[in-house]
Amino acid sequence: MNDLPLHGRPVKPRVGLFVTCLVDLMRPSVGFAAVKLLEDAGCIVDAPVQTCCGQPAYNSGDRGTTRDLAMQVINTFHGYDYVVAPSGSCAGMIKAHYPELFEEDPNWRAKADVLAAKTYELTSFLVDVMKVTRVEAAFDGTVTYHDSCSGLRELKVRNQPRKLLASVEGLTLVEMKDSDVCCGFGGTFAVKYSDISGAIVDAKARNVEAAQAPTLLAGDLGCLLNMAGKLSRDGTRVQVRHVAEVLAGMTDDPPIGVAKAETVK
Amino acid sequence: MNVHSTSPEFKQNAARALNDSQLQKALGNVKQGFIDKRRMAADKLPEFEALRDSARDIKNHTLEHLDLYLEAYEEKVRSSGGHVHFARDAQEARDIILTICREASAKTVTKGKSMISEEIEINHHLEANGIRPIETDLGEYIIQLRGELPSHIIAPAVHLNATQVEEDFRRVHTHLDAKRDLSEPVQLLTEARAVLRERFLAADVGITGANFLVAETGTSIIVTNEGNGDLTQILPKTHIVLASLEKLVPTLEDASQLLRVLARSATGQEMSVYTTFSTGPRRRTDADGPENYHVVLIDNGRSAMLGTSFEEMLRCIRCGACMNRCPGYHAVGGDAYAWVSPCPLRGVRTASVRRVDQAGHLPNASTFCGRCESVCPVRIPLPKLMRHWREREFERHLTPATVRSGLHLWGFFAKRPALYRLATRVAMGALGFAGHRRGRFSWLPMAKGWTKYRDFPAPQGETFQARWKRERGGSSA
Repeated sequence: MNDLPLHGRPVKPRVGLFVTCLVDLMRPSVGFAAVKLLEDAGCIVDAPVQTCCGQPAYNSGDRGTTRDLAMQVINTFHGYDYVVAPSGSCAGMIKAHYPELFEEDPNWRAKADVLAAKTYELTSFLVDVMKVTRVEAAFDGTVTYHDSCSGLRELKVRNQPRKLLASVEGLTLVEMKDSDVCCGFGGTFAVKYSDISGAIVDAKARNVEAAQAPTLLAGDLGCLLNMAGKLSRDGTRVQVRHVAEVLAGMTDDPPIGVAKAETVK
Repeated sequence: MNVHSTSPEFKQNAARALNDSQLQKALGNVKQGFIDKRRMAADKLPEFEALRDSARDIKNHTLEHLDLYLEAYEEKVRSSGGHVHFARDAQEARDIILTICREASAKTVTKGKSMISEEIEINHHLEANGIRPIETDLGEYIIQLRGELPSHIIAPAVHLNATQVEEDFRRVHTHLDAKRDLSEPVQLLTEARAVLRERFLAADVGITGANFLVAETGTSIIVTNEGNGDLTQILPKTHIVLASLEKLVPTLEDASQLLRVLARSATGQEMSVYTTFSTGPRRRTDADGPENYHVVLIDNGRSAMLGTSFEEMLRCIRCGACMNRCPGYHAVGGDAYAWVSPCPLRGVRTASVRRVDQAGHLPNASTFCGRCESVCPVRIPLPKLMRHWREREFERHLTPATVRSGLHLWGFFAKRPALYRLATRVAMGALGFAGHRRGRFSWLPMAKGWTKYRDFPAPQGETFQARWKRERGGSSA
């Protein structure tokens, strides 16, 4: 921290980007959009070598593996002023659940508490911590926004993405019905209980279609892969993107589940 | 009558439910009706969130001092002329109830709505011993005619429509004119009312559940919207209250606080139509009431939950707000989840009362979306409890072998960042190349569950970490 603190935070905070395993593997452009947004907001961004927050193990009841991965994340990210993830689910894991993992280990519990306190979901970090009120981006069209469960209910991410989207030139946001209802992804749930998951995402897809917005946005790639996969399977032409791509003005890559060739024509 | 747990067959039940168009339509009604009404009721009451805190605290306090309040309650019931019986498990409860019914020479027993009576499967036991139990809550009555299990804790027949009920009434009420008109719901209601009125008058014993037991006064409280509970407990000579231990609250004041969140959370009403208090048998000066008053206090696994991570589940006041918001419940309904806890989070309790290997899918069939917790009037952290249950399953090696080995393999790589970075770089490169022409896969090996209902979007190819290293020369950390 070499800059003078302003309102309790460094002027140019060093942010460790927790890129999330899904963004790392499936859609790195979301990670680079997050980097741009953070740098535009005045942060120094670094992306240390990383794997996963441990949620798949956590939600499958494997506490041992979860703890190992949590310690790995704590060790990797303890030196940054803030840790930011383009995902409410992974940020929620670190913020709400890491401390619970070490209830019987005061030493690690203290470290987990410190990390939890400085970890944020991307849009809430920009709005709540960096006090960003507008982004320099343009997007020509109407979008609808799905509130992913963990971000909404664990981290209270709801107004922040909408506030930033409102500043995007040319963009109109229409709300779909039940935007706060789960899309049916639920990590391994989507595969383990595919019939139920399929029914839940079907209801979501119908609400997306009814909103009549050509673009669907959300803040979590898991939900986005699920909804994009369903919408394309059903033959709809709704384009699906992570909210960071639009906020960063980085929409040159084809939408999720669409080939490069398809967007050229 | 099929009253056995079908939870282990959950997946087949779920698939069947998804193809049942009538059920799907009925579930749509649950979704909108209950959710909107609860929201309106909560919005109208500025102190609603504070009341939820208070409700949680009352229940926590009672659970912490449960022994004390149980003794005080028992003492009050006895001094008002009633009897208290403690049942360690379902079998003991069934035996106690049967003995009381036999002492009363009972031929028929009317029953108010009671989830604990489903849990101990009392109807089956009474029938097997020549005593006819008659459900008097309209929904429960219909379910009983059909030999089904309640599909929702406060709206047991929510999965049915009027035509189905008409068919059942014509099949069972054969003493009535076969040509009668039953095309309007009110006609069904009138017929049920008339038939049940006879049953109320003929019953030898009335069995009710309890929403609350008040230690201060020895009172049991039930809430209903049909008044059937009153007729069940006032008309027969013997009234049996069935209640599990955690129904206790210290005072009438506490009970009234909880009543303020109960109906609002359940149906969006400020109060249920009937809130009935009963304390002991009829006194000499009373106009009516039973001659004998028995309370059967049932443990059935609950005391074993005290002091464990599942204790918080014992705060539950059975409002059903959680189910009404569960996307899994909306998709397949309560029949699939089956038994007395027709949704995944109630699975926590089912699982706690039953054995871990019998609960099977219930605590697993949830996305952890957390909508249940967000409306729980006593603030039970349901996703957390379901996760605890999964941990218990994992420790006991009950998690399916494919899941375990998948987790193990994934964990191996996730704990080795350098290897992980290399392996994912190769894998995503290959997958990205394979999918680059269409941008998605409609079929992938090992992911059939996914691709059955949706495409799998292709990865962009290069991983974030590879590109970051290439563009920014790696990490400084």
